[in-house]
Amino acid sequence: MPLLRVLKEALTSVFSNKMRSFLTVLGIVIGVGAVIGLLAIGEGASASILGQIESIGTNSIYVMRSSRDDVSNPKPLTLTDAEALSNRSRAPHIIRATPVLTGQTTFSLGDISLQTMVFGSYSDYAEITGVEIAEGSYINPSDVDSRAAVIVVGPDLAEELFGRSTGVVGSMVRINNFPYRVIGVTKAVGGNQFNNPDMQAYMPITTIQYRVIRQAVPEAVNYIIVQAQDSQSINLAIEEAQRVLRETHRLTPRQPNDFNLTNQEDILDIANSITSILTIFLAGVAGISLLVGGIGIMNIMLVTVTERTNEIGLRKALGARKADIMLQFLSESALLSLIGGIFGIIFGWLLALVVGNIAKNTGTPLIPVVQLEAILLATVFSTLVGVFFGWYPARHAASLEPVDALRYE
Amino acid sequence: MTESNHHPVIKVRDLTKVYKLGEIDVHALRGIDLDIYPGEMVAIMGQSGSGKSTLMNMIGCLDSPSEGEYYLDGELVSDLVDDQLAIVRNRKIGFIFQKYNLLARASAIENVELPLRYSDDPTNMTERSKEMLRLVGLGDRMDHKPNELSGGQQQRVAVARALVNNPAIVLADEPTGNLDSVSGQEVMDLLLKLHREKQTTIVVVTHDKGIASQAQRIIHLFDGKVVDEEVN
Repeated sequence: MPLLRVLKEALTSVFSNKMRSFLTVLGIVIGVGAVIGLLAIGEGASASILGQIESIGTNSIYVMRSSRDDVSNPKPLTLTDAEALSNRSRAPHIIRATPVLTGQTTFSLGDISLQTMVFGSYSDYAEITGVEIAEGSYINPSDVDSRAAVIVVGPDLAEELFGRSTGVVGSMVRINNFPYRVIGVTKAVGGNQFNNPDMQAYMPITTIQYRVIRQAVPEAVNYIIVQAQDSQSINLAIEEAQRVLRETHRLTPRQPNDFNLTNQEDILDIANSITSILTIFLAGVAGISLLVGGIGIMNIMLVTVTERTNEIGLRKALGARKADIMLQFLSESALLSLIGGIFGIIFGWLLALVVGNIAKNTGTPLIPVVQLEAILLATVFSTLVGVFFGWYPARHAASLEPVDALRYE
Repeated sequence: MTESNHHPVIKVRDLTKVYKLGEIDVHALRGIDLDIYPGEMVAIMGQSGSGKSTLMNMIGCLDSPSEGEYYLDGELVSDLVDDQLAIVRNRKIGFIFQKYNLLARASAIENVELPLRYSDDPTNMTERSKEMLRLVGLGDRMDHKPNELSGGQQQRVAVARALVNNPAIVLADEPTGNLDSVSGQEVMDLLLKLHREKQTTIVVVTHDKGIASQAQRIIHLFDGKVVDEEVN
């Protein structure tokens, strides 16, 4: 029988029992919808994470105190370390080293009191990390020199404190009961409840050291951002940083580094592998529902074959060969799951849209991306699921003996 | 009808069929010899258990014999495998069943087309099917579904379906078994007319004496053997 004819018969059969066909394909709809939707969300999340990381710049190297078990008594990183790293005669490929001291602090204004992260650093911190100013100005070198009581706030923080995110430059706010003058507001970049740059504040490293965060070693910082001359000299810069820090920490050749150097590339790689693991995981979960959907199709196809035993017998009596019967039932199951796949794509797309809208309304930087590859993959895969799970019922139908099938009650 | 003019369209020699029913061997056919000539109308009669259904399955190429030879239209078909038998059924045999066996979802014309769809010559499918439906007197019911037709009309659709491939033989298994006497006779009249006007070879399997008596020849089966032959 010509293929077009076979498809027409399969269509008639599928549509002659709409309710059953609908329930049969529901598993596939949900499975494919989940694949499309979750892949889109995963893709969006990954683009968002990578975008945030890349905005910092790939020439940066993060230096942190070692947290490895085999390093005993790691020395804290200090301003002296940062100075040594900035010394071009000691580290010619490092253009600057910016220490960062950060911590959770209490902001208060009138009745309002809230906790948020403050970053203390030099005036070049904004440039290095990609913080942009919407209003006022960022910290300047003289603020750092004079330990000025000034602060740059994120727009969400301004909103919480002053009830507005514009026109707040010059206002005062208290941190640990000490007054600070707001000199700038950063541009909104969006965030989530775990990490929201718009809720952060920035002040001179000298100010945070002497007034906000008290610590055993007054010079200690949380991390140092080292900038290599360019992306080609990153490895040289890492070597130099290593050598300089081993000297300043007075490590003997047998002692391991008591600090970690993390290159932006490494962070990107880690983020990439995290997001791809996430995507694989999501796709796996969705794949399981596709599998369950396929089993549903197999189940119904077996019922269909049993119900239509007489019809199969008749078709065989009239001259249908094994391959004809096989093709008839395979095309029916493939068509069922293809239809399920198409509805699944629509469902997944809607899912991505809804999640995208929720993200937009909550200020989370997540734009789900429904990729063409995902759609093609889902279409092909769902059809294959139909063929795979339809194979056994179809073979069963094809191998029925015409005499027995005709006589079947 | 003389053999010098015609070779038999159905030639059965020492046909045996043994079923295994658990441990027991059931001898459904115990050596059947049978010749049916082109243009004949033959009835095969017998009680249930006489082997007439089994013989019909053999003649219809729906089942293979345990032993013996069966030539259909000059071709030895008793040795063929499944898919070859399917081709033979499609080209050489038109089936009429007791329960009509129409596809419920398909219209009369689509039901008649069905054998053509499995044939290697599906040209003018619709035209040929329409012609057959007109021949059985259902020219005005072509697009009706089986549940919109009476039992007699459904069986006439089945007759049209059996004829559409222009087969060597038409095999009717209790064609009136599900019909009242009036529509039953209508179907029989139709078969007789086809036999008379188109010289169609028709084999009717029945246990109804009244139906069988309308054939030219009656073959009586008992306990898997031909026990008697009447010529009307």
